[in-house]
Amino acid sequence: MGFDSLRRSLLAGERVVAFTRAEGGELGARLLVWPDGRSEGTLRAAELDRTALGLATADDLPATGLREIEGVEVFVETFEPLPRLFIVGAVHVAIHLVHFARRLGFRTVVVDARSAFATAERFPHADELVVEWPADYLARVPLHANTYCVFLTHDEKLDNPALQVALEAGVRYVGALGSSRTHGKRVAALLESGLGQELIDRIHAPVGLDLGGRRPEEIAMAVAAELVAVRNGRQAAGKR
Amino acid sequence: MLDILSDVDRWRADGQRVAVATVIRTVGSSPRPLGSKMAVSDDGGIAGSVSGGCIEGAVVEEARSVLEDGRPKRLSYGISDELAWSVGLTCGGEVEVLVERIDG
Repeated sequence: MGFDSLRRSLLAGERVVAFTRAEGGELGARLLVWPDGRSEGTLRAAELDRTALGLATADDLPATGLREIEGVEVFVETFEPLPRLFIVGAVHVAIHLVHFARRLGFRTVVVDARSAFATAERFPHADELVVEWPADYLARVPLHANTYCVFLTHDEKLDNPALQVALEAGVRYVGALGSSRTHGKRVAALLESGLGQELIDRIHAPVGLDLGGRRPEEIAMAVAAELVAVRNGRQAAGKR
Repeated sequence: MLDILSDVDRWRADGQRVAVATVIRTVGSSPRPLGSKMAVSDDGGIAGSVSGGCIEGAVVEEARSVLEDGRPKRLSYGISDELAWSVGLTCGGEVEVLVERIDG
């Protein structure tokens, strides 16, 4: 059934579309198609395979669900790579945020220039742990509409240049920890460095939904809840 | 899919056969979206889910024969189904799942 190939692709973060015959004697026959046109398996009818290949390599990937292809009922399943969450600042809140975010289906990357904080002992559960200047790191990795960034360092030298990279790249979500006073200073600094007001307005601050908590795990949960709301298109829900 | 992978990997490394059930059709209120998966091992291990808990038991039963003979099955559950009493689809919707054995 192509399970091993599917598994490899998902773990590698590749997109793949699976076509499975959902009726008749060939129930379960499967064709996997990658957007670059590679394929594996067959629906056991040449014209079915051809049409499926066309669907899976079109600009808009097909939605998951049953559909009739060449008169045959086929279950189409589009597997998207996991959204990536970059957590800038290997602080206490980040340890809890990695836990929640992974559970919720985010691939977590923790970035901090301070090697005393960004240690494998503190973050054995992170998908990736990077000791590097955050702005340099974010500038060299792909950032797109499936990317979420949370800034937790409490240090404007680390946060602000990286914030600027994330905002200019048009990521899906940017959240930054800090009181409204801290955020006011941050906004002033970003304006000073030439960033436009409309980009600055995209920063979620104070970060997270208002759950009223102050402990690190409570703040992490508030941030995780906001990530879920944004992923589900409920950006404004619960904002103070 | 990713939610069942670590269990599936472990079972297969132990030499167990594994069946996977996938939600392929839903009507009305159904607790799990299309593509949701549940894996079942020879030993009766279960990972993931295909409903809010109402049809899992029935699907696990069906999965046993799929594990044995390797032939995929398409199953329907809903309030109009005569199984409804024993299966108890409390949400009142309909769910169809495809159950297949992992053969590489």
